[in-house]
Amino acid sequence: MISLKNINKSYSIGSNKLHVLKGINLGIEKGELVSIMGSSGSGKSTMLNILGMLDNYDMGEYYLDGKLIQNLSEKKAALYRNEMLGFVFQSFNLISFKNAMENVALPLYYQKVSRKKRNILAMEYLDKMGLKEWAMHMPNELSGGQKQRLAIARALIAQPKVILADEPTGALDTATSYEVMKILKEINDDGITIILVTHESDIAAMTNRIIRLKDGVIEKNIYNGDLQEFRSQNLLNENEIKKIHETLV
Amino acid sequence: MFDLDKWQEIFETIKKNKLRTILTGFSVAWGIFMLIILLGSGYGLENGVRKEFEGDAVNYLSINGGVTSKAYKGMKPGRYIQFKNEDHNILAGLNNVDKSSSRTRLWRISTINYKNQYGTFDVFAISPDYKYVEDLDMIHGRFLNENDQEETRKVAALGRLVYEELFKDDENAIDKYINIGGVPFKVIGVFNDPGSDRDLQRIYIPTSTGQRVFGMGERVNSVQLMLGDATVEQSYQTSEEIRSAMSDKFKFDPTDQRAIYIYNSIEDYQRFMDLFASIRIFIWFIGIGTIIAGIVGVSNIMMIVVKERTKEIGVRKALGATPWSIVSLILQESIMITAFAGYVGLVLGVGLLELISGSFQGDSYFANPEININVALGATLILVIAGALAGFVPAQKAASVKPVVALRDE
Repeated sequence: MISLKNINKSYSIGSNKLHVLKGINLGIEKGELVSIMGSSGSGKSTMLNILGMLDNYDMGEYYLDGKLIQNLSEKKAALYRNEMLGFVFQSFNLISFKNAMENVALPLYYQKVSRKKRNILAMEYLDKMGLKEWAMHMPNELSGGQKQRLAIARALIAQPKVILADEPTGALDTATSYEVMKILKEINDDGITIILVTHESDIAAMTNRIIRLKDGVIEKNIYNGDLQEFRSQNLLNENEIKKIHETLV
Repeated sequence: MFDLDKWQEIFETIKKNKLRTILTGFSVAWGIFMLIILLGSGYGLENGVRKEFEGDAVNYLSINGGVTSKAYKGMKPGRYIQFKNEDHNILAGLNNVDKSSSRTRLWRISTINYKNQYGTFDVFAISPDYKYVEDLDMIHGRFLNENDQEETRKVAALGRLVYEELFKDDENAIDKYINIGGVPFKVIGVFNDPGSDRDLQRIYIPTSTGQRVFGMGERVNSVQLMLGDATVEQSYQTSEEIRSAMSDKFKFDPTDQRAIYIYNSIEDYQRFMDLFASIRIFIWFIGIGTIIAGIVGVSNIMMIVVKERTKEIGVRKALGATPWSIVSLILQESIMITAFAGYVGLVLGVGLLELISGSFQGDSYFANPEININVALGATLILVIAGALAGFVPAQKAASVKPVVALRDE
């Protein structure tokens, strides 16, 4: 689904050049649930932005679903983003003057779906996220967890191939974080590739693969099988997880 | 072209950002309102003064005899200069003169009557072309003509107010006889004059008749010379010729300003026209200043709007908005607000002018303050375009920002 070959990216800050990504090589298959970890400044957010076509890269090749994503025109990038990607942000990035339903429906507006149709679809996705009763509420009337679920509904409505989540649980408490992760896992079970950036080990531990970045290179690629050890170190035990899930339901 | 969805999107944005919309709208409406009021008032002032000129030609010289004030060729000052018919003929032959007339006021005529209706009016003996000097319109009948003059007919043309006073119940006056100083005159016409009412309380009779019947010999009071479409310079030139011709004949010092008086309507008219040109420039200067202030106001607000919406723009881009869809969204919103507010300002301004117009009826130097609707629409259009341009630059900038930068902007 995703293939990165020798991706390099640097920012110029004044006269200094900051080399953030120093040759990233990475392949992600369809249906994977991947987390990118790393200390701050390791380049994880930059990498996610490149994956999301929100930012461009200096060198290398990036293929998304077989298409080379390189020097795209703004228009083309917008089209690809709309068709293939869904975004979930740490700060939700909901549009404050639109109600929940309108926020969810927005990606379809850019696909020229009729108002009636996209509102019906938006209600479906809100229902899926358990937010049906909140459809007419403004974002500032919702709790953090509700906002993030709203954002996930918005990311899903255009039926993307990949969901990119930048610290999706960064602004949430533990219980809500786990709730959001549960939802993401369910989405992943439907076959949608999910890549999330996090610095929380317990969140990363719920994914099937962890990519550890350090100083702009991939330091470690921990796969599912090897996760046991990582889990035992970082995750709450099964009972605790169950308890949290029960409180959510 | 007409994208209903987009308009709905815009209306929703406007509805949810009322203060911003009102502020933008206000600065535009205010600019247009002030411009309309300014232009309208200027036009009203001009109309008022122009009305004073109405009813008289604006291309004639009127020459009156005076009293000499300087000694000349052995003659003492203090001589009266009295024009006669021959002087009229001399002056009529000067350069640039298109038409000419003489005018003599008949004094000591106490009453004029038609049957039992009596009145006191000014009676002038004039030559037929005087019609062009006063720029008269005939309501009934005809004006005096050359035949009346040559045959010394006892005929009279009445001003509208004279007619109304002497002839009650819209009685037909033509071919009726009125008494002027005891002499019966046949009414041949009734005239109207857009100028002041004084000009309508006059009775005109032929010069020849006046001179013979009322024993004035060959004397005339004043001579009017129409100069066609002469320029101010040409009128000065003719004035000089008049002065030198008359000074030759009457033997007065050509530099003696009191020997004869020349009223130059061309110069007078030109002076007012120049004044209005200056006023107009002044008004446009202020008007353009007001418009610029409006534009600056709109630009400021648009810049803040775009700044405020940077994050929203980032979100929209992440969700698949193309740069153009962002730019056009902001532009359409800006154009809609400015157009609507401009229209409101236009309506309010024109409304106030109409209100003022109603309270300034009658004789004053302020009449019919109106505004050329094309100018008003043009100004509104300029403001709308300027508002759009003002929004375009920051919108373009915001739309070209990478979504990641826009999203980072907290």
